[in-house]
Amino acid sequence: MAVVSTKPYVGVPRDLVANFNGKQLVYACWDQHLLFAAPFLICVPPEMSFRELVDGPLTALMQPDPDASAVDWSKVEWLKSNKPFTPDFDASLAANGIGHKEQLRFITPGLNSLLAAA
Amino acid sequence: MDMKVAKKKLALKEKYRLLTRDLGWEPTYQNKDEIYPYTKYEGIRIHDWDKWEDPFRLTMDSYWKYQAEKERKFYAIIDAHAQNNGHLHITDARYLSALKIFLQAISPGEYAAGKGFARMGREFPGVGTQVACQMQAIDEIRHAQTQIHALSNYNKFYNGFHAFADARDRMWYCTVPRSFFDDAVSAGPFEFMIAIGFSFEYVLTNLLFVPFMSGAAYNGDMATVTFGFSAQSDEARHMTLGLECIKFMLEQDPANLPIVQGWIDKWFWRGFRVLGLVSTMMDYMLPKRVMSWREAWNIYGIENGTALFRDLARYGIRAPAGWDDAEKAIDHMSHQFMLGLYQWSFGTALHSWIPSDDDMAWLAKKYPDTFDKYYRPRWEHIKKLKAAGTQFANYGLAKLCQTCQLPIVFTEPDDPTRSAQREGEYKGEKYHFCSDGCQHIFENEPEKYIQAWLPMPQLFQDPIGGDLAAWMDWVGLRNGKDNGDFDGSEDQKNFDAWRAMATSNQ
Repeated sequence: MAVVSTKPYVGVPRDLVANFNGKQLVYACWDQHLLFAAPFLICVPPEMSFRELVDGPLTALMQPDPDASAVDWSKVEWLKSNKPFTPDFDASLAANGIGHKEQLRFITPGLNSLLAAA
Repeated sequence: MDMKVAKKKLALKEKYRLLTRDLGWEPTYQNKDEIYPYTKYEGIRIHDWDKWEDPFRLTMDSYWKYQAEKERKFYAIIDAHAQNNGHLHITDARYLSALKIFLQAISPGEYAAGKGFARMGREFPGVGTQVACQMQAIDEIRHAQTQIHALSNYNKFYNGFHAFADARDRMWYCTVPRSFFDDAVSAGPFEFMIAIGFSFEYVLTNLLFVPFMSGAAYNGDMATVTFGFSAQSDEARHMTLGLECIKFMLEQDPANLPIVQGWIDKWFWRGFRVLGLVSTMMDYMLPKRVMSWREAWNIYGIENGTALFRDLARYGIRAPAGWDDAEKAIDHMSHQFMLGLYQWSFGTALHSWIPSDDDMAWLAKKYPDTFDKYYRPRWEHIKKLKAAGTQFANYGLAKLCQTCQLPIVFTEPDDPTRSAQREGEYKGEKYHFCSDGCQHIFENEPEKYIQAWLPMPQLFQDPIGGDLAAWMDWVGLRNGKDNGDFDGSEDQKNFDAWRAMATSNQ
């Protein structure tokens, strides 16, 4: 049962990609870097290349973490919807299969200054 | 000659019967199902409405008398508070953040509960239920009103209080309690009673009111203590209504048990998420702290909750499904929320701050297994960033949970180093959740939750289109006054200056 109701009932989602004027949402989370309280919400066009996403908004947002400058993007491990994923940096988000509200998570083994301080 | 004989006073029970049960007309030309159209579709089976007892047996005439007396006392104290500059008697202006959370997030919830109970007073067929729900509806409106009046005196002197009504619908952290109450009010009458009457008023209310009211008393805030006392005698009645309702449902038909258990699971988890911010208030925002969130949970969650569910076990009810996950979150949540509030403080109508060394020593003592290990390094780094002139602000905004609408600040229940990640698809659309509890609630009624108005994604849609300044105007947030770090804020400067005028001759 999709909802308990007195008669047939159909809901309308409020966050459809059509509402974002040609852009889409991408969620990005730096694994084990919880200085950032929640995964980032980034609003970008699907034609943007993966490299532009990484070098642009993602790199800018990561700066407050002491590990930010030490990240070697060629060694980063990626998860998309929690499954291993190998991005093509020069292809667009759409060509990389990164749809609206996709969750990316990236793992930087060996880098965890704020965690290791404990 | 006729002797005048004094009429006997009606016994309480008789009076209650005459003033309530006799309202229960048997309709003659209308079908009862059409008069009460919402009592069956949830699947709850009721065979005898007269079995719903109201142990208080309060009638409207005595209700008005009691409440009027309480109002007189309340407003006398509020007047005295204003005339004696009560706003300067609080321990420190940081305390105001707790009051701002209360006014922005809790008082509108009281009003929503009032609307909900007014509806239930109409929709339940039993007269005892109708009368009890109507009284609770009036109580809830009175609570919202007395809270707003009590805090209006602070609004004359401090920032962040003025736009609470707009914030209720628009501010990102206020949509959390709003969606909680919208979810309850748009459910059927029985689910509403489990949501508000039982889970919120009975299971969780002590975690909300005791910390706030003791917190107010510890921090010199007479106004808040007064509305707490004024509401307290109502709460006993509300808790009884919630408990009576659940027992009534369970006693009427064994088929009701799985439905009721499902609602308890759902509303415990929703309530636990909504009350999360109380943890931050207790551990971080009270200059003079009452007890830690962990200590409050041990008393009001574990001790009281365990006793309650042991009592309900004879009906076949077990503890809520999310109970173990809640326990695992207790030592983490206040820190996770405060770190979030601080890094997004450009978008909050309250101030947050970096805990002082004293604060951190207290937190380490109260949270020996988690604070130094996970959270102190983050605060120390944030302190360093501030000292270097690069104060930490996270403009990445946040992924929100589709069900509870909170930013997903939570970690995996068994791994505090990893952000909690849950997602699912419905009709080709992706949805994200903060926990198994919230994902389960969504999957049970997806058609309801896909409509959630999530404030952060909305910020990037029309008409705001990602413009932060336009968003601030729209939520009534005055940049540089209502938001940001407490350190250097107008509230801090004004409080210190006014207090100095009262205690020195300079």
